[in-house]
Amino acid sequence: MRYLPHTKEDIETMLKVAGVSSIDDLFLSIPDDLKTKDGIDIPEGLSEWELDTHMEELASANIASKNYKYFIGAGSYDHYIPAIIPYLISRSEFMTAYTPYQPEVSQGTLQGIYEFQTMITQLLGMDVATASHYDCGTALAEAALIALKKNKKSNKIAVSALTHPSHRQIIQTYISPSGYEIVEIPYTKEGLTDINALKDMDDIAGIAIQSPNFFGNIEDLKTFKVVADEKKILFITSFTEALAYGLLKNPGSFGADLVAGEGQSLGISKSFGGPGLGLLAGTKKQMRNLPGRYIGKTKDANGKEGFVLTLATREQHIKREKASSNICSNNGLNAMVAAMYLATVGKIGIREIAQQNHDKAMYLKKTLEKAGFESVFDTPFFNEFILKAPAGFKQKRIGLIKNKYIFAGICLDPFYPELKGHYLFCATETVSKNDIDQLAKEVQ
Amino acid sequence: MIQQPGTSGLVLNEALLWDKSRDGRCAISLPKQDVDRATLDDSLTGDIPDLPQLSELDVVRHYTRLSQWNFGVDTGMYPLGSCTMKYNPKTNEVQAARKGFAEAHPLAGDEFSQGSLKLMYNLERYLAELTGFEAVTLQPAAGAHGELTGMLMMHAYFAKKGKQRSKIIIPDTAHGTNPASAALCGFEPINVKSGPDGILDPETIAAVMDEDTAGIMVTNPNTLGLFESNIKKIADIVHSKGGLVYGDGANMNAIMGIVKPGEIGIDVLHLNLHKTFSTPHGGGGPGSGPVAVGKRLEPFLPVPRVVKELDSYKFITDCPETIGKIHTFYGHFGIMVRAYAYILSMGAKGLLDTSRLAVLSANYIKESLKGTLNLPYDRPCMHECVFNDEIQQKNHITTVDMAKRLLDYGFHPPTIYFPLVVHGAFMVEPTESESKEDIDQFIDAVKAIAKEAKEDPEKLRKAPFRTKVTRLDEVTAARKPCLKG
Amino acid sequence: MKEMSDLNLPADVKYTKDHEWAKLSGDIVTIGINDYAQDQLGEVVFVELPEIGDTFSQGDEFGSVESVKAVSEIYIPISGEIVEINEGLEDAPELVNTDCYNDGWLIKVKPENTSEMDNLMDKPAYLDMLKG
Repeated sequence: MRYLPHTKEDIETMLKVAGVSSIDDLFLSIPDDLKTKDGIDIPEGLSEWELDTHMEELASANIASKNYKYFIGAGSYDHYIPAIIPYLISRSEFMTAYTPYQPEVSQGTLQGIYEFQTMITQLLGMDVATASHYDCGTALAEAALIALKKNKKSNKIAVSALTHPSHRQIIQTYISPSGYEIVEIPYTKEGLTDINALKDMDDIAGIAIQSPNFFGNIEDLKTFKVVADEKKILFITSFTEALAYGLLKNPGSFGADLVAGEGQSLGISKSFGGPGLGLLAGTKKQMRNLPGRYIGKTKDANGKEGFVLTLATREQHIKREKASSNICSNNGLNAMVAAMYLATVGKIGIREIAQQNHDKAMYLKKTLEKAGFESVFDTPFFNEFILKAPAGFKQKRIGLIKNKYIFAGICLDPFYPELKGHYLFCATETVSKNDIDQLAKEVQ
Repeated sequence: MIQQPGTSGLVLNEALLWDKSRDGRCAISLPKQDVDRATLDDSLTGDIPDLPQLSELDVVRHYTRLSQWNFGVDTGMYPLGSCTMKYNPKTNEVQAARKGFAEAHPLAGDEFSQGSLKLMYNLERYLAELTGFEAVTLQPAAGAHGELTGMLMMHAYFAKKGKQRSKIIIPDTAHGTNPASAALCGFEPINVKSGPDGILDPETIAAVMDEDTAGIMVTNPNTLGLFESNIKKIADIVHSKGGLVYGDGANMNAIMGIVKPGEIGIDVLHLNLHKTFSTPHGGGGPGSGPVAVGKRLEPFLPVPRVVKELDSYKFITDCPETIGKIHTFYGHFGIMVRAYAYILSMGAKGLLDTSRLAVLSANYIKESLKGTLNLPYDRPCMHECVFNDEIQQKNHITTVDMAKRLLDYGFHPPTIYFPLVVHGAFMVEPTESESKEDIDQFIDAVKAIAKEAKEDPEKLRKAPFRTKVTRLDEVTAARKPCLKG
Repeated sequence: MKEMSDLNLPADVKYTKDHEWAKLSGDIVTIGINDYAQDQLGEVVFVELPEIGDTFSQGDEFGSVESVKAVSEIYIPISGEIVEINEGLEDAPELVNTDCYNDGWLIKVKPENTSEMDNLMDKPAYLDMLKG
């Protein structure tokens, strides 16, 4: 096997030094009755070329192997990824390094993530951002736990019904063993979180609002901040489409205490839903409450600027059972990708791309409405929106996937049973006017 | 004296991104505007984030220079104990980048995602086979996330039995994540000491295990690199009181094909695909932490689960006792592709050889450095061995000084000051990927440093000298945190 | 680490077994960690303190003191209400190292019952405890 360098002679010499006569003797500390009798039923190793064939066979069994047009999002978005990003992130000094515990030989990762933290705070208008989490759902669950643990009076967190359905499920999974509960804030006929329902909720430790919400609509975050302040509880916002904040007012400007987000849109491939990039940011006051790693700037013994992991005392390897979270890694390589993406698009690119997402989505909505789809909400959105489909669309949609390489909308039935026949559409900069016109023609 | 890899070379300075920024530059090819501009209301539109403005070459040079300040497995030997820094095969990257995988949308639907589903199904089967368990979930995004998943399942198990338990036994050799994961599920950790031989004594467990204790979390081989040979007896004690045994499989690289945890009394086990199964660590992630369980805990696995029906695959969510979801979609699929490619490349024999050679290399290092460094537990080790600085303390040289000096010699240092049970621990895990020549160079470097500790201790206290920066002021970093530029 | 004979242990304060000190003046008790504790911890980087108005019973955990790689819980020497916290420590936690009995104090407490001071050790008793 090409990954195993030991020659027969090496093994003999090493055994001699180790003072045993066979490799089996090195396993004598394992009682015989604990050793497996059956061996392992896994096929014989493949050559690199056989592996290629097998993997291409599997990859081709996914329709993504073809050139599809994606009019779907719902937490995973199709965006252009500049060629330099996969090229640069493949540098093995980034890819094959461990967590930067030895800063003298990890300055690349450290400066890169420090720059990532900085650009995320700029994107979100927050004071601090961590070195990243697994995904938005888990980052949001961590944020909910912060609010719940800090509030001694209540064990409930109010979460908008228009928060991504998976995220609500993750919060539920994370908080229920500690005896905490979610109260769901219903939505209005405008497709927005019902602030009046929230006002009536007593006994809550925090509010979590996604904007743009799962329907794509932009929430009026400032009104929720007012309620949070009145109730003296933490205000958490979340988002699944990071590029939205290239155009929209950021959560920091509305006074969010904690922000959890998904960074997949920032140069990371969809990859069947993971790994993505969990973003978690907060106000200065929340700095020590946020779980996960931070990189900080400092100087070395010669006065030269450098970077280190810092504020580690919050973490599990020091606080053990008293740590607020058990997180022990970050999605570091994807955070680096996001930093590369933000540096690549820059100030000019981020606004232009974000604006184009909105433009295309507006055009798509208008065009589909002309083709017989029914508008449901008349509320501003970013790049996703909901339409009620005409009869027969369900079948047509399958046909489009199978024959035309077009993914048109995600059916909302499984997520919101009351919205039968409604579909969540998305348009990004990767679809052209032509693609949209083509879709309209097919569904007419 | 073998020539050491460490030398000096040209390292370039590189400013922070925003210091290089000039108004008007942009490194992305902007798509053409082919539809009407749609203006959002002013009240919704924000200021443009003040991101740096750079050309494409600016970005390429920036990250190329940054990368050159890093040390990775591809750079040199990285014997970081408990982290299994083995070679990350490049073909794995090619497989994960295939368009059919990389561009797959998670909500495309089962019918159109058969390749992903089949891969996940097969990977689950292979991991179940390797560990001797019934079922596997691939959803946890990291080892610690796998631990949390396992604890959540144990919590759900006792909830279903109608009587929740409040405590969990955790040995002093455990990773810090163990108590933190348990605490998130409301279990109070009961810390127990390992015996004088570095492994758990069944009597110790019998003394604390009761019917209010959910069970025990055991890392086996443990973090001293020793196999917990009493594990079966310990499991019997825990089971006799109705408890469950959680296995931390972080050190699975020592026992593939030799011990199947599911056959020796473990009820639930997490694996680290980024350790044992060769996926890259990426400077701290993303990893993947699948969890394997026996029949008893299977109903509690997270959803969705992958099932096979005739020749097709689908996700099911209709599992009434599930703990729910722990990731937005299905976990770190891209990491699963790499681990799957690794398992297929190795085959059964390759995996068995991997563990045998990892253990051989660790024992070779242990015997070669015994005497140069103090070895607190002098007995055959598994895939890693733990020394400490007791001998060098005479010259007021500590583990950290030796670790820093190793950088000058061209090696990433071992894990230091962990496990906590060994004062000044220096924990070496060579993995099976390192050749005898590289290991010999490492041994030689450590011996040379031990000599320097006697002859020129002052030098060691100032090391490293050849790195881009030298020891950093962590105290100021923590006192006056500067987390953004 | 300091030798026992080098420790600065004033005779006019009382000590706990967890190495806090307490000093009653008027009807207020000032509390900090002692020289032995700060020396063991090394360079202090952060001090987590309670809020004014919080109440504690003797021996309760009331905060923590952090160095780069360790966190130590701190326990209150006397029952009562927090009336003042040392806000200067937020920007200068190093005061706990450089001046633990004066500028590096942690909290001021209005005690419920000053006789609880009698449960604490004086310097000779504390030294005996350290010597074990």
